[in-house]
Amino acid sequence: MLRRLIFAGQLAFTLLVAAFLIVPAVLSMLAGVTVNYFRGIRSGVTLEWMVQVWELYADTIVRSFEVAFATLLFTLIIGVPAAYALHVRGGRLSRLIEEIITLPLAVPGLAIALALLLTYGGFGAFRGSRLFIVAGHVVFTLPFMVRAVMAVFAAIDVKTLDESAASLGASPWRRFRDVIAPNARPGILAGSLMVVTLSLGEFNLTWMLHTPLTKTLPVGLADSYASMRLEIASAYTLIFFIMIIPLLVVMQVLGREKRSAA
Amino acid sequence: MSAGVSVGLEACAKTFADGTRALEPVTLEIARGETLVFLGPSGCGKTTTLRIIAGLEAPDAGGRVRFDGEDVTDIPIERRNVGMVFQSYALFPNMNVAENIGYGLKIRGVGRTERNARVQELVALTGIAGLERRRVDQLSGGQRQRVALARAVAPRPRVLLLDEPLTALDASLRERLRGELNRLLRSLGITAVYVTHDQSEAMVLGDRIVVMRHGAIAQIGTPREIYFEPVSRFVAEFVGAANIVEGTASEGAIVLPGGRIPVPIGRAGKITLMLRPETIFLVPPDAAELKGRVESVTFVGDRQRIVIADAAARPLFVDAPNTIAATPGERVGLRIDPARIRVLPEEGAVIPGPEQSEGTRDP
Repeated sequence: MLRRLIFAGQLAFTLLVAAFLIVPAVLSMLAGVTVNYFRGIRSGVTLEWMVQVWELYADTIVRSFEVAFATLLFTLIIGVPAAYALHVRGGRLSRLIEEIITLPLAVPGLAIALALLLTYGGFGAFRGSRLFIVAGHVVFTLPFMVRAVMAVFAAIDVKTLDESAASLGASPWRRFRDVIAPNARPGILAGSLMVVTLSLGEFNLTWMLHTPLTKTLPVGLADSYASMRLEIASAYTLIFFIMIIPLLVVMQVLGREKRSAA
Repeated sequence: MSAGVSVGLEACAKTFADGTRALEPVTLEIARGETLVFLGPSGCGKTTTLRIIAGLEAPDAGGRVRFDGEDVTDIPIERRNVGMVFQSYALFPNMNVAENIGYGLKIRGVGRTERNARVQELVALTGIAGLERRRVDQLSGGQRQRVALARAVAPRPRVLLLDEPLTALDASLRERLRGELNRLLRSLGITAVYVTHDQSEAMVLGDRIVVMRHGAIAQIGTPREIYFEPVSRFVAEFVGAANIVEGTASEGAIVLPGGRIPVPIGRAGKITLMLRPETIFLVPPDAAELKGRVESVTFVGDRQRIVIADAAARPLFVDAPNTIAATPGERVGLRIDPARIRVLPEEGAVIPGPEQSEGTRDP
């Protein structure tokens, strides 16, 4: 009897915590399809707000995905070889470099943005382009890629794999392509997921770096909260969810298939 | 079929970046088709030597590595054409068995048909036919070991390097694979360098054994030489079981606390002897010149290990046939096969510390 009571208590507590986290998200999404938020859902359900968001902010949504994938591309090109080099080289210098790469996590995004603006603000074309946003995102997300890949390297003893490929005659590039990169796939995937989600949702840095022509989704969201009806901002959130959840699912499934096929 | 080259090391030393000396200058010659085993405790420099031959480590300035006389010191591993088997096997998890074995051939641009034929030949040779499509993580330890071996020999390397290839396996499997490996090495006729800390592996596989200690060579010789004529107490004790006994040589005999062994030694005074446990025989005490007392008897199955007190300054280990009856406390006589008594050189009588091994620095 007592045991059942304890179980019921625990269940209730768990559900309460879950509800505390989930209800705001559900309410926000509901608000996006409600005719009048202040009168509640009784006022009716409409897709009007979502259409308006699309008309007003479609470019920010598309741009966000472009920036996210560009960021992913750069972190892959820089991060995977960097993780490989740091792992194989080892030693004090490698640890120091690893710390430096990780530093942007501790530094507020605003400070990083300020540093970028101070340094590159004078390069008009670069400063005004989406590439400027991408640069900020790469600085911010690179440690996630490097660390995820290094974790896998540590788990599979990549150094010996590399040596055995070398003993079979493979050049450093062939070793990287045939052995290192394929076996780092779980780490690359985990890192990619982090990079894409972080880049899509990044606000601090982007808000400082953006121009009216390089707004991303989160910046647009802040903009709509500040200047539009609450329903529009909520519809915006809803669209974000609808787009990002399938994306994350696809990326995860992709990774799992590749792993079991290998 | 003789495949492979002779390997020469010339004053190859290794000092790591942090200043530790892993290897004193080593000079030796490995004959074409020979299996040379580096044997020693961990940290003795055996793996470093192997990695220098492989090209995974560069020797300190002045050291040279030669394959058939050709200087390969500055050639990176991927162009040395060596085959290597690692303790952890290091099979590629992203490739199946056939792809692993064929990888070296693929790198060399060997076509698919020829590659498949070679893979088939090797899976048959190593007894893993039928597993070609398996993923590496679906293999047992023994199967992985065979794949690693097949992969290493597939491109017909000039020398095969094996770094403790059996250490990761359990004892019974290790013994079986040791035999298979031996047959394979003989049939390939390849020059092989084998690193191990297991003396029985070294005995079975080696044409010659290099016993190493503190980064220097303690002794080079055939398994019989190493076993019967160790040059130092370290070698005697590292290879097999050994009784190290101090005695006095005088008047055509060696005098021990429990009597004498009637063997003429060329000199007089204190000497250190090595007696293998299987060269000491129990005899009735009355007529024996050397006497002792049975301290303990341990039945090991194929033999019994009997510890004899009072015969020498320290208890003597004797390996006796398992049919002999001996009871603790019993007085026994000992007969020692005179041909098997080894008088250790004086410097071997004390355990050499690192400073003593300096003497081998200048070959």
